[in-house]
Amino acid sequence: MNIATVWALQFDTLWLSLPIRQWIIWALWLFLGFFGIFPGIVAYMVWGERKAAARFQDRIGPNRVGPLGLLQPIADALKLITKENIVPRDADYRVHLLAPVVLLVSAFLVLAVIPFGFGWDEPVQDAAGQVIGHRLAGLVAVDLPAGLLYLVAVSSLSALGIFLAGWSSRNKYSLLGAMRAVAQLVSYEVPQVLATIPIILWAGSLSLVTIVNQQVDFGWFIFTPPGFLAFCLLTISSIAEVNRAPFDLPEAESEIIAGYHTEYSGMRFGLFFLAEYLSVFGVSCLGTVLFLGGGAFPFTDFPRNLLSDRTASLVLVNALTVGSFSIKVILYVFLMFWVRATLPRMRVDRLMNFAWKYLVPLGIINIVFAAIWYECVFGHNPYYIPFFRDYLYGWLITLPLVVIAVVGIIMLNRVLAPSRTAPVSARRPTTRSSSVLR
Amino acid sequence: MLLIYRYILVGLLLLGAIGFALAPLLVVALVAPSKRSRSKSDIYECGVLTTGETWIKFRIQYFVYALLFVIFDVETVFLYPWAVSYGGLGLFALIEMVVFLTILTIGLAYAWAKGVLQWV
Repeated sequence: MNIATVWALQFDTLWLSLPIRQWIIWALWLFLGFFGIFPGIVAYMVWGERKAAARFQDRIGPNRVGPLGLLQPIADALKLITKENIVPRDADYRVHLLAPVVLLVSAFLVLAVIPFGFGWDEPVQDAAGQVIGHRLAGLVAVDLPAGLLYLVAVSSLSALGIFLAGWSSRNKYSLLGAMRAVAQLVSYEVPQVLATIPIILWAGSLSLVTIVNQQVDFGWFIFTPPGFLAFCLLTISSIAEVNRAPFDLPEAESEIIAGYHTEYSGMRFGLFFLAEYLSVFGVSCLGTVLFLGGGAFPFTDFPRNLLSDRTASLVLVNALTVGSFSIKVILYVFLMFWVRATLPRMRVDRLMNFAWKYLVPLGIINIVFAAIWYECVFGHNPYYIPFFRDYLYGWLITLPLVVIAVVGIIMLNRVLAPSRTAPVSARRPTTRSSSVLR
Repeated sequence: MLLIYRYILVGLLLLGAIGFALAPLLVVALVAPSKRSRSKSDIYECGVLTTGETWIKFRIQYFVYALLFVIFDVETVFLYPWAVSYGGLGLFALIEMVVFLTILTIGLAYAWAKGVLQWV
């Protein structure tokens, strides 16, 4: 038993014997982190998006309020607070109030199980209480053993919030937007969940901390053919889940004003805005944890081997891993900004087709590929350390399978799709008058 | 840390999140001006008064998609425990799951062939 174990054991017993006052202090720190830092990050993400979008369109972006427009988010928040709150006369005012709250709660709770850094070394005990190994405890608010299941459950609450908003406003555009949103959210939730199954298979756990540990030991999951495919599926469906371009049909301003939040103004609209960007942050963190190794550095054991029982090493390792986590999340979020600046909005029928005819079949097949990779690389012995040869076999078998699957699904859709050469109008029975109008 | 404490923490975070969402609304109620008028609280659609029923029955297609979603969501409920315990199960579990996935894929193919997946 080394020093780290003793320290960790002490920490664990200390934890349980904490007096209630300490618990309260700790909970306050957690709350400060949760409700102080994350809204701040989100506010500057909005600033970052405005700057990035401006650069993509050859503009300068916000530059009036403070240096580089850095005080813009504060000014925006002040403006939202001082605006009048207008609730339509015919709206269901209780539900109208409830909807942004539900959405924001869903966006916040997702972040509870995300490990932002390595944390400290923690002994792993078997059922008899014997220490059988170590793992990183993770810098996480709550390490739930069923973390991923919890995350999926909580993030799908957002569909409820959006529908409540659209329904309660008693506005036709709101209702249209909400119905589109729910159809889109439930459709894209299926490939999103299917894309996480390879990860659970390889990590053998639903806890996000264990998933990060597994990637520290065996390399990032994105560096495998099934893992890369799953990463693409997860990224695409995550962009759709947070209603961002090119999947922003529910709030398509050229068609349905602002969709489900047409009737929201002032701070209630601000809450929708906050929830949207918070969930962008949440899905970026999720993608980083599942596929990009959380706070781990690529191809090295570097920050972990510095970990000892000294406070300085603990601080250093966590600073390094939180830094690397932040860089990955920033790149991920920037990818979303980039996609938004590049791609035009999809048509609603293509949107639904894309989920059910491309992403879902690929997600299902990918589970089998992930199991094949598991057989090639990990075997069924938990103490087996894979050789280079095992990885080579894994690549040689799964890479062609993944390529064949992607090409096959695209070809299948080409063959089965309604004729592309005939225009839409030719497929519908038209009358003379309507064709004149068109 | 015992498991129950973790879920208590989740509950605390839930309360915190609700408080965080309601706090700015409270501030708005105290700070922001409130000048209500009849035309201001009209439904904002396109400048003229809204006509007809808004809370309508929606199309059957939404329902069909919801059914499909439920089917695949239940599928993932089965797949999650399988994936977690796959390491201890062996090759037989893989074959079992391939059979299960094949049945599901046939279901999806049937829905596809029936034209359910075609949004109109």
